[in-house]
Amino acid sequence: MLTLLFDGIAYGMLLFILAVGLSVTMGLMNFINLAHGAFAMVGGYITVVLMQRLEVPFLLCLPIAFAGAAVLGALLERTLYRPMYRKPHLDQVLFSIGLAFMAVAAADYFMGSQQQIMQLPEWLRGRTELGDGENMVLGMGHYRLFIIAVCAVLALALQYALTRTRFGSRLRASVDDSRVAAGLGIPVNQVFALTFAVGSGLAGLGGALGAEVLGLDPTFPLKFMVYFLIVVAVGGTSSITGPLLAALLLGVADVAGKYYVPKLGAFIVYALMIAILIWRPQGLFVRKGGK
Amino acid sequence: MMDARSRLLSKTKWRWYELLLWAVVFVLPALLPGHALIVNEIAIVALFAVSLDLVLGYTGIVTLGHAAFLGFGAYCSALFAKFIHPDPLLGLLVGMAAATLLGAVCSVTILRGSDLTRLMVTLGVALLLLELANKLDWLTGGSDGLQGVVMGPLLGRFEFDLYGQTAAWYSLTVLLLLFALARRWVQSPWGATLMAVRDNPLRAAAIGISVPSRLAVVYTLAAGVAGAAGALLAQTTGFASLDVFALERSADEVLMLVIGGVGWLYGGVLGAVVFKLMHDVISNITPQYWTFWMGLFLVVLMLVGRERLSPVRWFKGRQA
Repeated sequence: MLTLLFDGIAYGMLLFILAVGLSVTMGLMNFINLAHGAFAMVGGYITVVLMQRLEVPFLLCLPIAFAGAAVLGALLERTLYRPMYRKPHLDQVLFSIGLAFMAVAAADYFMGSQQQIMQLPEWLRGRTELGDGENMVLGMGHYRLFIIAVCAVLALALQYALTRTRFGSRLRASVDDSRVAAGLGIPVNQVFALTFAVGSGLAGLGGALGAEVLGLDPTFPLKFMVYFLIVVAVGGTSSITGPLLAALLLGVADVAGKYYVPKLGAFIVYALMIAILIWRPQGLFVRKGGK
Repeated sequence: MMDARSRLLSKTKWRWYELLLWAVVFVLPALLPGHALIVNEIAIVALFAVSLDLVLGYTGIVTLGHAAFLGFGAYCSALFAKFIHPDPLLGLLVGMAAATLLGAVCSVTILRGSDLTRLMVTLGVALLLLELANKLDWLTGGSDGLQGVVMGPLLGRFEFDLYGQTAAWYSLTVLLLLFALARRWVQSPWGATLMAVRDNPLRAAAIGISVPSRLAVVYTLAAGVAGAAGALLAQTTGFASLDVFALERSADEVLMLVIGGVGWLYGGVLGAVVFKLMHDVISNITPQYWTFWMGLFLVVLMLVGRERLSPVRWFKGRQA
């Protein structure tokens, strides 16, 4: 029971890191980016290639995955995404799904369609159990513990950056009303470029961390696109805590659903999402007063 | 000089070139019997595109889950043929009725919220049905697809043959009928209010149009049309598989509509033709990586701006 909750939280934390960039960019520029998962996939592949072919240690791979995805995100933002901001949502959806299709086919071409296997370092492989045998209360995989720790630190850092730093207040101002923010002299374009890069980087990091848990193959961007979007749609786009809670809810619901009623599979998650969105169309955790 | 009334009505008349076009289309299966199968396929996706156009093009509901209705129609009519009665027309009606019902239920989900919310709930419904069809394997055959669907002869007389001529004519007839119906809908005053809702829901509500009821009704009707497309798909292939619900199917369909031009019923038909031919050509060259080229096409198309491609603009320019 507790083990299930633990796994769900680890899964949810991972989803949060993967989706938080999407949530912020969507709130900031009102841009529906379905290609977000592609950045996560890039991070995952960077890690796998570095570890398998060049034997770079795992901990070093994580920042590289972050940086790689962030640089790619910044480049694409500058060249491809920027002209799309003022287009209708339909165009944005098609544009980004086109990017996702390209990423899937390209990954297939370069890396092959098989699932990538990641060799975790020794110290992350074990499992700690509280209680023993029949009356085990809680079994914690070390790797999942590691994921939770990393993601919790990141979430706190993000929250701090967003609420306490000058950049954070600029970002929040731009999300609330980008035109007024621009009128006050905030360089909204730069704020956005940086946010997009960091968001993509976080997705890359999430992809690197999640390669072992979620599985990494070329269909990754499409397979998990729905999950990211659920986090964003349910969590709302105006804060960090919203997506965090939504991701945790989704993670726990998904793991518990698959454990207790495996026949229904992902059914529960989708049904829950639809119910929540009918009940609260703007998301569960929306701050009043924003745009 | 025409008065306003007849000028408005004159735009809704069937033109001679439209009739000619349909006549040519109907001769096609006889002229090219070897290509009857692809004609059938195109007719089905064109019908699906017409349905999507009602929702997306005319009413502006961004959806990525329209395949839900296609799939539901397909499974319902296939199950009907397998377990109850093999008559195709009855099956078609059952498929349409089932999809219409589903559309009526689902229309509750799209009434509120932003584009993102709608995107998510439409997608969610399609995925929900996909999961359901996958897990109810005693009924639907699960991931193997629903097999063993044997159709009776059409009108008790025309057997579905291997070359697909009967199928092509059947699908084309249904396409024409529903197309004419959809054409009638969008050109009626009611259709004009749909476009008002699309262009500005707030103002539409201000001049007395009931926005929720328009959204709900058009979504339900379009679902029925999509269900017909699904029923045709299942009947002419004698098979229903999980991919009728897949995201790719909805995405492809939106792409077709965008190629042909949204908010223009022929846009869906034209887009379906172009897309299917393009698909054939590209997948002959690179069967495995054809999604890459399709993605590239989408990205470039969106960056350039789809308005520049759309035939709507050429026609509008001529009429003005």
